[in-house]
Amino acid sequence: MRSSAQHALDALALRAEFPILASPRPGGGEVHYLDSAATSQKPQRVLDSMDAYYRETNANVHRGVYEMAAEATERFEAGRDAVARLVNHPRDATVFTKNATEAINLVAWAWGVRELGEGDEVLVTLMEHHSNTVPWQIVAGITGATVRFCPVTPGGEIDMDAMRQMIGPRTRMVAVVHVSNTLGTINPVEEIVAMAHEAGALTMVDATQSVPHMPVDATAIGSDFLAFTGHKMCGPTGIGVLAAAPSRLEAMEPFLGGGEMISDVTTEGSSWNDIPWKFEAGTPPIAEAVGLGEAVAFLEGIGMQGIRAHEKQVAQQMLDALDEVPGLTIYGPRDVEHRGASVSFSLDGVHPHDIGQFLDSRDVCVRAGHHCTKPLMRHLGVQSTARASAYLYTTDDDITALRNALIECRKWFGVS
Amino acid sequence: MGVLDDLYQQLILDHYRNRRGRGRIEGASASVHENNPVCGDECYLDILVVDGRIAEIKSDGDGCSISQAAASMLTVVAKGKDLGDALDLVEHFRLMMHGEAEPDEDLLGDAIALEGVARYPVRVKCALLSWLALRDCIADYRKSVPTGG
Repeated sequence: MRSSAQHALDALALRAEFPILASPRPGGGEVHYLDSAATSQKPQRVLDSMDAYYRETNANVHRGVYEMAAEATERFEAGRDAVARLVNHPRDATVFTKNATEAINLVAWAWGVRELGEGDEVLVTLMEHHSNTVPWQIVAGITGATVRFCPVTPGGEIDMDAMRQMIGPRTRMVAVVHVSNTLGTINPVEEIVAMAHEAGALTMVDATQSVPHMPVDATAIGSDFLAFTGHKMCGPTGIGVLAAAPSRLEAMEPFLGGGEMISDVTTEGSSWNDIPWKFEAGTPPIAEAVGLGEAVAFLEGIGMQGIRAHEKQVAQQMLDALDEVPGLTIYGPRDVEHRGASVSFSLDGVHPHDIGQFLDSRDVCVRAGHHCTKPLMRHLGVQSTARASAYLYTTDDDITALRNALIECRKWFGVS
Repeated sequence: MGVLDDLYQQLILDHYRNRRGRGRIEGASASVHENNPVCGDECYLDILVVDGRIAEIKSDGDGCSISQAAASMLTVVAKGKDLGDALDLVEHFRLMMHGEAEPDEDLLGDAIALEGVARYPVRVKCALLSWLALRDCIADYRKSVPTGG
């Protein structure tokens, strides 16, 4: 029997809303899905909302004069309202993209390529996901700017003293992850944004691993740009969000050109649509926006505070359970006040790939690899780690299954 | 457990725990360094070619049980082969990994134990890493010694 007594929310009841989690595995057991940092599962109501859109009112948005098209536009824009509301950001500065990666690339190309030059610096951290590193490296290669990496402390936190020293007159952009997908660290982004702004630099906050898991107030954070993705927050793949300062979006030239993003097109040139549509070339992810809007309603119904409280408990349980496994090393902060419920670890004598494979045979799904954070892996002195990551539907039983499978795994590979 | 037994045969775990042919060759005829972008695993492969044959072959690097066992098995079975035969061996192994060839135990030696890996697409890369490194190594060697066999 699964149990979730004394938890901040009823994860057991919530599981029932997720078809994948409620269905038995081929062997008859239930899946212990501990890879929500890679992608979350989807509740039935999100699937239904997308299905209903296609069945009832599929039409392109912002075009047709007929009623179905108006309805499609309304549902699509309602998705934007929901997302903007969730992160307390103006709706007209809330841009839909393909994913968080594209949101960051949008800024790297629309702002970086035009504004950066020789001698300019983009400051990132060693714990960034590749999505907040590689776009800046590409743009640096074009513009002659330099990408610098702020170090990470042995405890798995951004070295704030180093950050203070590295932000200087040459710094044009500080791009930092809110919650590390590998270490789980919650970074003091408000402080970093304030430091960057004081030095006249712009800021990009990668909120991919925070928005799904805790209250995030984009206005309070105050960054120029904040990116996140739909599929990690109970929504569909194929949609991400860029929440930007309205004045930045107004000042920036478009990223992708095409339909939808123009005000007028002549043989001599074109002018741009209002924000946010200026940055949404082509037919947007309509069903995905509808699904994401429904996901937001689902999350709001539970309450982001409650989700965060639950995940703090789960993170503590997970740390305690992993401590019971001999030969196991945990990376990242130990204090659940400063971390999310995504925990990377290694096991002496067993490669993370083998851990992942063995755990799969026990219906425990974890990620093994570099988690798209290779600079961080090199810094930690490992090639890869295993990672267990929880969400609102993670129960005590999932954690117990993880611990038991890891103990068995050591025996299987002859480590004792 | 049946599924796991199929993948992790005893022979694989044995090669993983007691790796053969591990290390580097000083004065190697050719060396390559490959990595698996999926997991970050790295593989170094060195060969010493004498009279058109692989007189010595060693592999180093870190990786999962499948990649380490595959490298270990490779060094055993490829040692002493002439370069053409070694390439045929690699190709046969590659086809087996993609489920496109009936495995020939006489040719593959212990590496026959890796047959089950073909059913795990994500792990096929692990098994192939060192073997394809040998293919690249031989190509590099032939480029550097145009008449060398």
